[in-house]
Amino acid sequence: MTDIAISIQGLSKRYAVEREAKSALDVTYREAIVGGARSLVRSTGDFLRGRAARRCETRQDFWALRDVTFDVMRGEVLGIIGRNGAGKSTLLKVISRITEPTEGRLCISGRVGSLLEVGTGFHPELSGRENIYLNGAVLGMTRREILGKFDEIVEFAEVAKFLDTPVKRYSSGMYVRLAFAVAAHLEPDILVVDEVLAVGDAQFQKKCLGKMRDVASRGRTVLFVSHNLGVMERLTQRALVLESGTCAFIGSPAAAVARYAEFGVGENIVEFDVEKMPRKYPGNGAARILRLRFDRPIPVFESDEGFRCIASIRAEEEIPGLRFSMAVLDVQGAAVGSCFGPGTIAMKAGEELDVQLAVPNMRLAPGKYSCGLSIGKGNYRSGHVDFDVVLDTLHFEVRPEEGDSGTVSFWTRGWGSIIFPDIEQTVLGTRP
Amino acid sequence: MNAELARRPDVGPPQDEDALIIEAGRGSGLYWRDLWRYRELFYVLAWRDLAVRYKQTVLGLAWAILRPLLTVAVFTLIFQRIANLPSEAGAPYALMVLAGVLPWQFFSAALAEASASLVSNSALITKVYFPRLIVPLAAIVVVLVDLLVSLALIVALMAWYRFMPGWQLLTLPFFIAMAFLASLGPALWLSSLNVTYRDFRHAIPFMLQLGLYISPVAFSSSLVPEGWRILYSLNPMVGVIDGFRWAILGGSSAIHWHGFLISWALIAVFLWLGVSRFRRTERHFADII
Repeated sequence: MTDIAISIQGLSKRYAVEREAKSALDVTYREAIVGGARSLVRSTGDFLRGRAARRCETRQDFWALRDVTFDVMRGEVLGIIGRNGAGKSTLLKVISRITEPTEGRLCISGRVGSLLEVGTGFHPELSGRENIYLNGAVLGMTRREILGKFDEIVEFAEVAKFLDTPVKRYSSGMYVRLAFAVAAHLEPDILVVDEVLAVGDAQFQKKCLGKMRDVASRGRTVLFVSHNLGVMERLTQRALVLESGTCAFIGSPAAAVARYAEFGVGENIVEFDVEKMPRKYPGNGAARILRLRFDRPIPVFESDEGFRCIASIRAEEEIPGLRFSMAVLDVQGAAVGSCFGPGTIAMKAGEELDVQLAVPNMRLAPGKYSCGLSIGKGNYRSGHVDFDVVLDTLHFEVRPEEGDSGTVSFWTRGWGSIIFPDIEQTVLGTRP
Repeated sequence: MNAELARRPDVGPPQDEDALIIEAGRGSGLYWRDLWRYRELFYVLAWRDLAVRYKQTVLGLAWAILRPLLTVAVFTLIFQRIANLPSEAGAPYALMVLAGVLPWQFFSAALAEASASLVSNSALITKVYFPRLIVPLAAIVVVLVDLLVSLALIVALMAWYRFMPGWQLLTLPFFIAMAFLASLGPALWLSSLNVTYRDFRHAIPFMLQLGLYISPVAFSSSLVPEGWRILYSLNPMVGVIDGFRWAILGGSSAIHWHGFLISWALIAVFLWLGVSRFRRTERHFADII
């Protein structure tokens, strides 16, 4: 037995991001036919040799992790922080053996239990009781372990009355509670947790955090990803900062949080070069979003101010009417709302445009937000097609407005993310 | 970084016997041991699929009986009454068809379910580790349970036709195992292909439909002309179905030994192809699914 639970050396993970090489209009019909035939031959060849399908596109490499090296001691609670896309989830996936590293070496001693999602493997048709066994087995618990903890799990989840009801009839709160309860009773030597604590209502979250602290204090090795820096500082003994796939810092949680904040973490980024960013939802590629920026030095809006940004786009083919749409998401990644623009931008093939997008008053509550932006045609009323979709970009903050007496106004998160217009009230008369 | 490692000679990989070493491009090397360790998950997944299979149906498990029964009824009506196909010597035609329908329906359901299994379990595959082989295996086991249930039909039909089985019936488990192995190879091969190429979702039902005509389901192998025998036997299901017939009809149907051995050879080849392809591609399932 040594004191190292996980030893990671030079770990890299590459994903191939595929995009269309040339737009359809750039090539002649004959070229297209020949190219099409060639790619058909090639893909048939790939197919017969059992390789992954390639279409007529260039492959672009994207390194989700690059040369990451660190050790985790037995019994240590290590936090991992980093922006979205910094490689946190990929790192956890490699450690939990879901995906294989492209380079490097990884040595794990002990049983790994990974919790990348709450309720993995839950089946809606099965009852709560059956799902406890199913989910437990999926997470790597033996039948005996599950049996031994069954009552504890049910009590923790507060679903005793509905144990024999199919979970498809559960409320979302009950579902999440049950799922987390199973996960919380997982006791592997090494526990790998992605941001799954941010579920349920405030009271249940508190309970979950208590449980996590419990697990951590019992000398288990825990790897823990969270955006909640406060929790991170309280729970972990050491923290690792990931920046675009590389390990930027490893040390005390306080120092890591400081480093994370100092790096700006995009907090003060006003230009977003999104052209080469990998896309989670590929559009049809008729046009592409190149850059996005805020027309101000820091990405902060007042809460009664309109939202404004500038998008640079390029059309790959002729587009009669291009439409923008935008979704605003809160820190947890939940959508707050979306809006569509008029589909009236006409573009020629190869043309690049800067477009200013403004939404007069979104009435967002103070807090941090991010945007998802898409270009396409049509809208939510008539059905739509997306040319390109960029997620998790244009991070901005809404500052609270000043209160009546010069103090900062106060808005509780529990009230939601949108400040509706003030109530119009009319006293209709008195009742004797 | 390497220099730093060199300066710390005490820092090495953990050495105890449970240590797991993962290197790029190599996998863990303890695959088959892992498969055994995860057997509990295998039971649970198979149980889940079984429990869910007939949820919200009125007839439930009776479907396992009804499907072959109706097929046999239709085949008997069309091929015996209308097309006048002969049965094996002395055995009722319906019983002969049943002996072909059971393994065939097992084979086709196993292929269909297993090939879809990885994609329909993608939520699991992208979120937890386990030897992926468990998923298609569990899918086939569910189909196997259906087959075992439908064996009751054999007894029922025998009673109906007052047909006395021979000692050969005792060899049926051997042929069931053969049917299992015969479907396992192609099923693994197709399931790993289906992860990358969803074309197979469309191709498989079509291939299975064609397969029904070249397998001796509605007719007896004895109708196949001698010159075509070898070509005909290249279908591994021929050996399986002939075996079922021999066991159920009590030897009044003969097994064609050349064909039977060819079937076994093909089963072995498919099994090797299926397992090796599956093992080669499964490491990337989570990335491409």
